[in-house]
Amino acid sequence: MNKRTNLRAKLISSPYIVWSVLFIVAPLIFVVYYAFTDNTGAFSLLSIQALPKYIPTFLRSIWFGIVATIICLIIAYPLAYIISKKTDKVQRTMILLVMLPMWMSFLIRTYSWMAILQDTGIINSFLMKIGLPPVHMINTGGAVILGMVYNFLPYMIMPIYSVMAKMDLSMIEACQDLGGNGLTVVRRCILPLSMPGIVSGITMVFVPSVSTFYISQKLGGGSFDLIGDVIERQFQQSYNYNLGAAISLVLMVLILASMAVMNHFSEEGEMVI
Amino acid sequence: MKDNAIIELKNVSVSYGDETVLNNLNLTIRDKEFITLLGPSGCGKTTTLRIIAGFIDPDEGEVIFDGKKVNDLPPHKRQVNTIFQKYALFPHLNVYENVAFGLRIKKVKEREIKAKVEEMLELVNLKGFEKRNINSLSGGQQQRVAIARALAVHPRVLLLDEPLGALDLKLRKDMQAELKAIQQRLGITFIYVTHDQEEALSMSDTIVVMDGGVIQQIGTPIEIYNEPQNAFVADFIGESNIVDGVMLDDCLVEFSGSKFVCLDKGFDKNEAVDVVVRPEDVDVVAPESGMLKGVVTSVTFKGVHFEIIVDIGGFKWMIQTTDFHPVDSVIGLYIEPDAIHIMKKSRYSGLYGDYSSFSEEFDELSKPEEEEEE
Repeated sequence: MNKRTNLRAKLISSPYIVWSVLFIVAPLIFVVYYAFTDNTGAFSLLSIQALPKYIPTFLRSIWFGIVATIICLIIAYPLAYIISKKTDKVQRTMILLVMLPMWMSFLIRTYSWMAILQDTGIINSFLMKIGLPPVHMINTGGAVILGMVYNFLPYMIMPIYSVMAKMDLSMIEACQDLGGNGLTVVRRCILPLSMPGIVSGITMVFVPSVSTFYISQKLGGGSFDLIGDVIERQFQQSYNYNLGAAISLVLMVLILASMAVMNHFSEEGEMVI
Repeated sequence: MKDNAIIELKNVSVSYGDETVLNNLNLTIRDKEFITLLGPSGCGKTTTLRIIAGFIDPDEGEVIFDGKKVNDLPPHKRQVNTIFQKYALFPHLNVYENVAFGLRIKKVKEREIKAKVEEMLELVNLKGFEKRNINSLSGGQQQRVAIARALAVHPRVLLLDEPLGALDLKLRKDMQAELKAIQQRLGITFIYVTHDQEEALSMSDTIVVMDGGVIQQIGTPIEIYNEPQNAFVADFIGESNIVDGVMLDDCLVEFSGSKFVCLDKGFDKNEAVDVVVRPEDVDVVAPESGMLKGVVTSVTFKGVHFEIIVDIGGFKWMIQTTDFHPVDSVIGLYIEPDAIHIMKKSRYSGLYGDYSSFSEEFDELSKPEEEEEE
């Protein structure tokens, strides 16, 4: 009997295993393979040695990612808290509104921001109409970060909201009961208890922000090259798969390292505050 | 203000929409007493507790603490602490930090915190558990941490919301004794909420029986048991046979077709009353020498005694006896004057006290409470 259930378990899981091998393991192997070879397929460290040139781009990507993540957190945390305190019906509606932009194409959303931010765009037309000088917004670092925040904000709100919605109200009452005023309740109770949501929100915003490539091209006007753009160019324009793979590999390692740091924090929730 | 009253509730009412949860409640709690709010699910006992803690603001009425009105005082400024039903321990903190929680908020010096936490953990027999994770503790241990956490901040009054509900029977008994001992040692007022009448009887100085948002009776456990005010109290506390009777004269009552001498006075002549006879107060005798005569319809062995249901003129009585009497045998019942308790008629008359549908009723009673009222 055991053998048969074993066989069945294997059968049922086989599609997933095949899927994982095809679309996760194999690409990873390819990335590593390309990173350490040249265009003839021979072992080479040329691509790796070319990497220092891209350090400024790496740093800029990480910096933009950090800023976007912090802004997302500042917006999302109170919002998630407010949503979680509403009645079920209001909660559902508000969550729907949070999710709504995600139903539209990423490209369309970014294009829309171009239309809004351009020197002759919606905001500036309005400013000029009421007699104010136009503000240059497109093709600035701020516009790139705005695009990141706008696109990735739902990924910050959702995990924090789901932790808050599940939070045991009696914990908060216990904190009040033991003498905690409003601020103390937030600092000593709500914040540490929602730490798992914060950590996964940060991960889910930081990782795509660091590796994004489209937002910076459209809203940054090419003057804020991010590492994702560099990788894209290696594959799409220069056809230098080896260098692209090498940069991807480093990015992957960086992201894994930052996730490990985050997880370390989540295990010692109280250390963060 | 009455003598050494610490908390007074005056004309307190709470309702949610159309539903009245508390109806004009008046209650005085004396300093250092162990008072139990007892009643079935939905009777308003937890609401009363939450009003005292400050989590619910009553629609009407005054909450007075130490002679001062505290209706507008938020929970964190009240000198009361709560043991929550599911303990509400902080999962992100270990045992030590949970107990220290209230002290840290009060910015007590680290050295004093350490001494206090140690003292509290010793009080609840959890010495050596300081570094343990909350989730690695058993229910009983979590319960103890909750007690230590609440007591560490020196409350004047400790509120306990069905604190033993989640523990198994053996542990409950131990914890009952322990809670009572802690209360006496520290001299703190305990306000205890439960639906378990036995728990209430064995621990309390004063019991407040509630139903439907109204206090049914306030008294010592012995008063509540021996002199219930109405059929609800008589039925809720222990087992009772409650029959319709007529008060013929002072100390003379007629029920089940016979006249009985009793000890109750002060009723009108021929006033209709409810008569309570506890199952353990009835003596089984030979049919010819009994004051009442009936047929045994069921016998259940309970260990200490047999519980037999006797049909007397269509009304089923429950009798507890140490002698076995087979089903269908005819037995006589003898009831001493002091075993008879007379109650005024109330809205609960006729609802309780007949054991004809005993098995179903018992099923219902022994069902675990599904949810506590908000």
